[in-house]
Amino acid sequence: MRRFFLLALAAVSACGSVPAPVSPDKAGGDLSVFAAASLTEAFKAAGTGFKAAHPGSNPTFNFAGTPTLLTQLLQGAGADVFASADQPNMQKAVDAKLVAGAPRVFATNKLEIVVGAGNPKHISGLADLARADVLYITEAPDVPAAKYAAQALAAAGVKPAPRSLEADVKGVVSKVALGEADAGIVYVTDVRAARGRVSGVAIPDAQNPRAGYLVAEVRAAHNPYAARAFIDYLLSAGGQQALQGFGFTPP
Amino acid sequence: MTRPRRERVPAALGLLAGLGAAFFILPLAGLLARAPWGDALTALSAPETLEALRLSLVASLTATAVSLLLGVPLAWVYARVEFPGRNLLRALTTLPMVLPPVVGGIALLLAFGRRGLLGMLLERGFGITLPFTTAGVVMAETFVSMPFLVLTVEAGLRSLDSRYEEAARTLGAGRWTVLGRVTLPLIAPSLFAGAVLSWARALGEFGATITFAGNFPGRTQTMPLAVYLLLESRPEASFILSLVLLAVSLAVLVGLRDRWLGSP
Repeated sequence: MRRFFLLALAAVSACGSVPAPVSPDKAGGDLSVFAAASLTEAFKAAGTGFKAAHPGSNPTFNFAGTPTLLTQLLQGAGADVFASADQPNMQKAVDAKLVAGAPRVFATNKLEIVVGAGNPKHISGLADLARADVLYITEAPDVPAAKYAAQALAAAGVKPAPRSLEADVKGVVSKVALGEADAGIVYVTDVRAARGRVSGVAIPDAQNPRAGYLVAEVRAAHNPYAARAFIDYLLSAGGQQALQGFGFTPP
Repeated sequence: MTRPRRERVPAALGLLAGLGAAFFILPLAGLLARAPWGDALTALSAPETLEALRLSLVASLTATAVSLLLGVPLAWVYARVEFPGRNLLRALTTLPMVLPPVVGGIALLLAFGRRGLLGMLLERGFGITLPFTTAGVVMAETFVSMPFLVLTVEAGLRSLDSRYEEAARTLGAGRWTVLGRVTLPLIAPSLFAGAVLSWARALGEFGATITFAGNFPGRTQTMPLAVYLLLESRPEASFILSLVLLAVSLAVLVGLRDRWLGSP
């Protein structure tokens, strides 16, 4: 619906403007990117960089939990690029023949414990999440971050009892930021994006799974040229710089 | 009352009306067509489904009970007492009918959350926290559903012939006797309709619940939350649960046809 609205808006504004300059850049035009919620801030910045590199292009983004995006794609939502926060969900897209070509890892991420600003509960590591006075929340089991969090907790030998299974990482961050929950496990990049409203507690590398982000062109893309150009941009020096500005690490 | 005449339908109007009807019927048909009927029983008897069903029933019925307890007196005050600011108060208390439920959830957090206006006192004073609890689910559901009961009961009270109550009073009945023996029985149809409407709204509540009470199986994960989250992992189960909610909604509409929609 929202996408339709945006398209309608784009169509209306296109009619009203002077004829577009004849552009030799095939990557121009509307580009719809479905991306994991944890990529929100970084992809908005990457979108600006992509626009600068390809004048006439107009990337729009749909951010949601990776399983939600997958469901939308399975139900035929129009997208050109799919960026998944984990391998299993991308594999499901490959198996369903939703994407064209081999998916590529374009960034990695690490987990961090998100706590209230200034760490009022003095949480120093994963073991503290099982403390009786710590209200811990996590993500629903199919959200990639929840799977990585389970790996980290297993490695640390901690079994905290979550009070809520939020629909995505942003849900966890916002409830911690509001003070309704004391702690959750999210990506380093999420804590960084909410800096000031929350604080982060590092998880040692030995317990911290590296989350690989994969991107692929959607088989039914309306704008395959732009899709490929966007993926190339993400892997280029400029794209990588944009991503690393938000705390992502190289593939 | 004049009977509407049987008219020839102009083609353009008929076409638009048909499109309008199809817009509602097609999604229902889609749900029915795609539902995996063979797995219906397995999906319905899965532990997490039963848990969500049980929680939904408990929470929505409790919300309806709370709505009756607080909503009927509120309706009575709106219908019978003249006081300055009555319309403003009524507007404020029926706002959740038109408010996006997520906004309602945020408002509940800011009032009853651990850092909320009242929630802070509740936690410091009594150690009570409401978010992430079943009580929180009941509050979220009551918040969005009670206005339906209040407005229905108020309309019932306003259309009541007050001479019955006056007659009872002249015959020596006290205020509570009049209320219990005359007023409430006379508005029983509105009470019933209001309660069923608000129960159905509570049963379908999603936005305020996930925002205020979070999502945890057996504690705060109601049917609509399960439908939403199952869509990602086991879509077939999600379709079946959707059908259960659809059937309940349909039963409510059919049951209230005469009282609320007005029979043809």
